[in-house]
Parts: sequence; structure tokens; C-alpha cells
Amino acid sequence: MLKGILGKKLGMTQRFSEDGTLHAITVIQAGPCTVTQVKTLEKDGYQAVQIGYGDVKRISKPMKGHFGSMGPFRHLREFRVDDLEGVERGARVEVTIFEPGDKVDVTGVSKGKGFAGVVKRHHFSGGPKTHGQSDRHRAPGSVGAGTTPGRVTKGFRMAGHMGNRRVTARKLTVLAADQERGLLLIKGAVPGALNGLVVVRKSEG
Amino acid sequence: MSRLKSIDEASVVMIEPNPDVPEIHPGDTVKVHAKVIEGTRERIQVFQGTVIRIRSGGSDANFTVRRISHGVGVERTFLFYSPRLQKVELMRLGRVRRARLYYLRGRSGKAARIREKGFS
Repeated sequence: MLKGILGKKLGMTQRFSEDGTLHAITVIQAGPCTVTQVKTLEKDGYQAVQIGYGDVKRISKPMKGHFGSMGPFRHLREFRVDDLEGVERGARVEVTIFEPGDKVDVTGVSKGKGFAGVVKRHHFSGGPKTHGQSDRHRAPGSVGAGTTPGRVTKGFRMAGHMGNRRVTARKLTVLAADQERGLLLIKGAVPGALNGLVVVRKSEG
Repeated sequence: MSRLKSIDEASVVMIEPNPDVPEIHPGDTVKVHAKVIEGTRERIQVFQGTVIRIRSGGSDANFTVRRISHGVGVERTFLFYSPRLQKVELMRLGRVRRARLYYLRGRSGKAARIREKGFS
């Protein structure tokens, strides 16, 4: 069975649980998606289900041919599956594949932070704020020894581009799945900006 | 405060006004019955004092009650929509001229009195 769905991050809010604790929740517009292709071992060498999500105005002719009578979709993603039973092209994938209490992994593209210094990017503590320091407040400090070895260790944490990469938040709890509106309420935060594409799949193991 | 723009937030958050919580205002004296969880036991704790602040805002909405307990000022904040809030009793309506009564923190005894609201 297919264990994933595509969606859009709508935003975060709070909700009381029955015992009175207030949880931060993320609301995701999950689906409805459509199965656009079923990949089989014989034909493609691996088993997967490709699903499409989201409206789009213009698509290329090859994509038009790929979708056939199914609407054009903005996003296509594949999910590897062990069992292709009951999955066919054109089938709808809805939020009902999830139930409250399920553990899910949510993948999205994190917010881009641009060229970030080491304090922001690697949580360095920076330099002293007082005692005659100048221009050292957010500096990285020493990056290595002297003549020996005479180089900086590979992989040394430095300033650079941060964010805007694929991030997966694992084992988040599903609080509710609203079938009518296709909403998925997830406890905690998920990667990405508002209206960003997220892939929600059931956690393994 | 609504953080979700594209959908009706209230339908997601499912907050229901507690029928045992009347409309209260800053300056009012209230008796708050709140559920307290101690380990596995839970009991109802009563906290009586003056409402010094009301904050609106979805599931966040809360109010702060101030009282003098054994000569020490104690303030507790309660969430309006929390299931742990059992009941609020309105003991006395106060007449005050501002929304946030932080000035009470600097006062004690006679100076910290609040006039009762007259019925006209």
C-alpha cells in the first residue's frame, strides 16, 4: 500500500490536548493527489508509485502526454512500495491514509538563510562581547594549527550558504486527519516556508 | 491571533468557550477553580484575586489574577480555553480606568484597593 502523500504547508497554530497541555501544531493541506504512474519490477526495474499534486497552468507537451486525461500537476513524486496491490493509474490518494497517532516523516525544503556566519550556521558561541574586543564578536576563532599541518582540516565548519536544502523531520505524530478538507494536523514543526511543498510519509519501523 | 490565513483557524484548533467562565474584566475579583495535576493525582485548586490583565488571541487567550498570599504578591495566568480551567466565579466587579493593572504591583494594603462598579 502507498504510505505517502504530497501537500502544502499552511502554517502553524496551537491546540489543547485532552489532558490540558497546549501543543504546537502544523497544518498541512495534504492532497488530494492522483496516481500518475505505477512502476513495476518487470518494466522499470523497481517498484514505485508516482503521484501528482497541485494546479499548474502551463505544462510541456511531453508532460501533457504523460498525464493524459488526468489534470496537469505541478509536483510529481515517487514512493517506493513493496506491494502494488490495489494501486492503479488514476487512483486518488487522500489524507485518509493517515490516522491520529501515526508517526510520519515530513520532508520539505528548508527556508534559505543566505550566506550565514558560523554563529548562526553552526551554533558557535562567537567571541567575548567586552574586555577590549573589536570585530571579534561573531568571529569563528582559530581554524587550525600552524606550519604543521599547514592546512585546514577537511570539513571544518565555516561560514557559508545555509538553508534552502532538503530536510526531513522524522517521527512526528499525526494529531488529526480532516478528510473533508484534506487537512493533516501534525505535532511540532515541519521544514519549509508557508505554501511550500512537503512530502509526508509513514515512518519506517 | 490568526496564524493561518488560508483556512478557518477555529475549525482546526477546536476551541470552545467554557460555559463556566463568565465575561470578566480587569479589576474584577474572581475565584478561579483550576485542575492541578500532581504526579498521578489531580485535584481542583482555587485561586482568588484581582484580574490585572486579559489577553485575547485564539487558543492563547489568557488572564492574569493577582492576590496577596501570606504577605507575598502572587500572580497566576490562566488560559481561557484550557480544559484544566474548571470554573471562574465572579465575586466583585471593579471600576478601573485602564486595561492593564500593573500599577497594583507597586502597591499594597489600602493603596491597592479597587472601587466597586456601581450599577446605574
